[in-house]
Amino acid sequence: MESNLGWKEYLITRAIRVAGYSAIVFVTLIFYFLLREGLPTLAEVKLTELFALRWYPIEKYFGILPLISGSLIVTLGAALIAIPFGIGTAVFISEIAPRWAREILKPLVELLGGLPSVVLGFLGILVLAPKLRLLLNLPTGLTALTGSLLLGAIAVPTVVSVAEDALDSVPRSYREGAWALGATRWQTIWRVTLPAARSGVLTAVMLGVGRAIGETMTVMMVTGNAPVLVTSLGGLFSPVRTMTATIAAEMGEVANGSVHYHTLFFIGMVLFIISLIVNVTASAVVFRSQKRAERVLS
Amino acid sequence: MNKIEIENLTLQYSDGNESLRNVSMGIRENAITVLFGPAGGGKSSLLRCLNRLNDMADVQTAVGRIMLDGENILDPKTDVIALRRKVGMVFARPVVLPLSIRGNLTYGLEVMGESRRSKLDDAVERSLKQAALWDEVKDRLDDQAIALSGGQQQRLCVARSLALEPEVILLDEPTSGLDPISTAKVEASLQELKKDYTIILVPHSVQQAARAADFAAFFLQGELVEYAEGKSIFTTPVNKRTEDYVTGRFG
Amino acid sequence: MKLNRNLSQRLGFGLISLMATLTVIPIIVVVIYIITQGGGAISLQFLSGFPHDGMRQGGIMPAIVGTFYLTLGTAIFSVPLGVAAAIYLAEYAADNWLTRTIRIAIINLSGIPSVVYGLFGLGLFVLFLKFGTSILSASLTLSIMTLPVIISTSEEALRAVPQAFRTVSISLGATRWQTIRRIVLPEALPGIITGVILGLERAAGETAPILFTGAAFFLPRLPNSVFDATMALPYHLFVISTQVPEMPFQIQYGTALVLIAFVLGMNLIATVVRSRARARRQW
Repeated sequence: MESNLGWKEYLITRAIRVAGYSAIVFVTLIFYFLLREGLPTLAEVKLTELFALRWYPIEKYFGILPLISGSLIVTLGAALIAIPFGIGTAVFISEIAPRWAREILKPLVELLGGLPSVVLGFLGILVLAPKLRLLLNLPTGLTALTGSLLLGAIAVPTVVSVAEDALDSVPRSYREGAWALGATRWQTIWRVTLPAARSGVLTAVMLGVGRAIGETMTVMMVTGNAPVLVTSLGGLFSPVRTMTATIAAEMGEVANGSVHYHTLFFIGMVLFIISLIVNVTASAVVFRSQKRAERVLS
Repeated sequence: MNKIEIENLTLQYSDGNESLRNVSMGIRENAITVLFGPAGGGKSSLLRCLNRLNDMADVQTAVGRIMLDGENILDPKTDVIALRRKVGMVFARPVVLPLSIRGNLTYGLEVMGESRRSKLDDAVERSLKQAALWDEVKDRLDDQAIALSGGQQQRLCVARSLALEPEVILLDEPTSGLDPISTAKVEASLQELKKDYTIILVPHSVQQAARAADFAAFFLQGELVEYAEGKSIFTTPVNKRTEDYVTGRFG
Repeated sequence: MKLNRNLSQRLGFGLISLMATLTVIPIIVVVIYIITQGGGAISLQFLSGFPHDGMRQGGIMPAIVGTFYLTLGTAIFSVPLGVAAAIYLAEYAADNWLTRTIRIAIINLSGIPSVVYGLFGLGLFVLFLKFGTSILSASLTLSIMTLPVIISTSEEALRAVPQAFRTVSISLGATRWQTIRRIVLPEALPGIITGVILGLERAAGETAPILFTGAAFFLPRLPNSVFDATMALPYHLFVISTQVPEMPFQIQYGTALVLIAFVLGMNLIATVVRSRARARRQW
């Protein structure tokens, strides 16, 4: 019986260990399949054609610059909304709000995070876009701006929750020290708490932006899907096409193994690398600040 | 007769801190041996060596030998599970497992593979009686253990290790969180238990050490300073440092 | 001077409060709006019938059932794997480069855009493993996407169980696995369940990962096996709001309402599990 127990323990421990490694396996697999299906593009499309200004796959134009610029402008707009509102809400929840307000706000922000992006896209088409068209007197309401507004909303919960964690983990003694020196609560927030939590807040911003770049359904539904190169901020008011939306909209119709198919995977690869960079940098910031905290505490 | 022989034990934690330096001592069967001294002296580390709980701590090097019934328990080939059944432990804070009173008592036997109801019931009753808790809880064995008072919880912890019929019982400041009445109850039950078990106690005060000790070892910064019968070490210590400590000049 | 400082504090607090309010009010408005607009569409026939007349009439039952299947399929793969991985990280993993690599991999998984998961699912499950556009492929794709949520919340729940329980259990002669199985897991269970539901909630609402791995535009019948494609609520909402001209508003809003009811219902269950466990917890 004893050895029986030993065997069971051995097998279970093995299985748990393998499961523990699975995340590495999956990241590797994902990258492998993106490379496998995406890299052939480089042999099929000349670099000068790939990084060109025209995306029109039916006539063999595979320039991805308009798509990159579309993603950038929409993400930039989203960041301009999500960063101030996200950090502001996090500061409010963690530093200012009375208990009852916190109890209401936190679940509501979580609720926003839980709303499927397709629902926001749907409301964008039916409600937001027509309103914006009238308000700004545009030919169409399906613009980068519409996408930015909704993407901002999608990124806010990420920013709030990460930034709030960071603010929460600032030791209470820091604040008490500042109050003891006669600082107002507002001065304490600005000069002590926020600076002490800056690496966490930075992480929040990065993850929020990462979330916005990768968002698909909403932007595909509300940005008008015109693969036009954006050269100025004025582009916010016209239709654009992002990288994610391009993949989602076109992958269903391409022939497997075609140049178009490979190029869409190539775009996926670019997105993967962007998210890799954002997340590795963000986690490096977190790891470093944890180490610093450990040094301070020990 | 000595149940345990500790031979030249040196213990080092992975951060380089040495917690025991060249300790040798014999531990008598059916007696209470007290390990006392100021905090950080290595008492708890030694205690945790005796049932290899140190395995869970940061990687350490343990040089020397601990012979239990003639076998070196520091040997990597030792069956630590069997060792831990033979050497029970009671911790400073009463930590009851999130189970019923009965569940706490039968836990050790169940993980061993014992499932016969009669055996388990016998162990519950015997161990509770030994720990002087039976009368207080016999009608509510299926209540959550956390509902007991602090003193009852600690006696439950004692009973829990007794349920495994160990040979040695290690107690790490078992009364530190208890009121004087509960402390007296625990101490009284230890005096009963020593008839059947080898007891090693890290007390939470010098007074408790003096009350309980058949033998006492004074530890200072990882070193065994003095080891003698309880009667003599607290009245006529040989070493100056021991004297300073027991008379309250430091610590 | 004193007045100035108080004034700036008042202004600052006012501004921050305003921003928080502006963040939250649209959420409430959106939910209420969908409920009022879509509420009229909800009927037994809508919930239990097949769509017809080019989806402009009838019900959305196949999409509801499909989303249920996909969520279930995702749970079957991701829960055992994710909880086991969390156990590894919380109970077994040493603090070394391998563990740090696992953590970075998990963070990366959580950041990969959902449409890239769709590409991966297409490449691996649909084409390479030849599962086709199917419930199986879509569930597997969603599982991997859900994994990081389940792992991190479960790990947190496991770590919240006091270390003393483990020490005591080991000191009573239990093995590591016995300790986990009998003491740690039962105590962490409410937290794990909460994390699992939150992960599955996200999977249930996702569209992009299933676009090319298992979603069907329209099916006149329910799927027969895991190798069939299926309709799904989020994809159906996408279809009827972009691909079908002259779609009646009420059906669109009704579909959106059912989708958020599905998702927020799961969220509610998770919240209830969490708060009940907190109230009961004694450590």
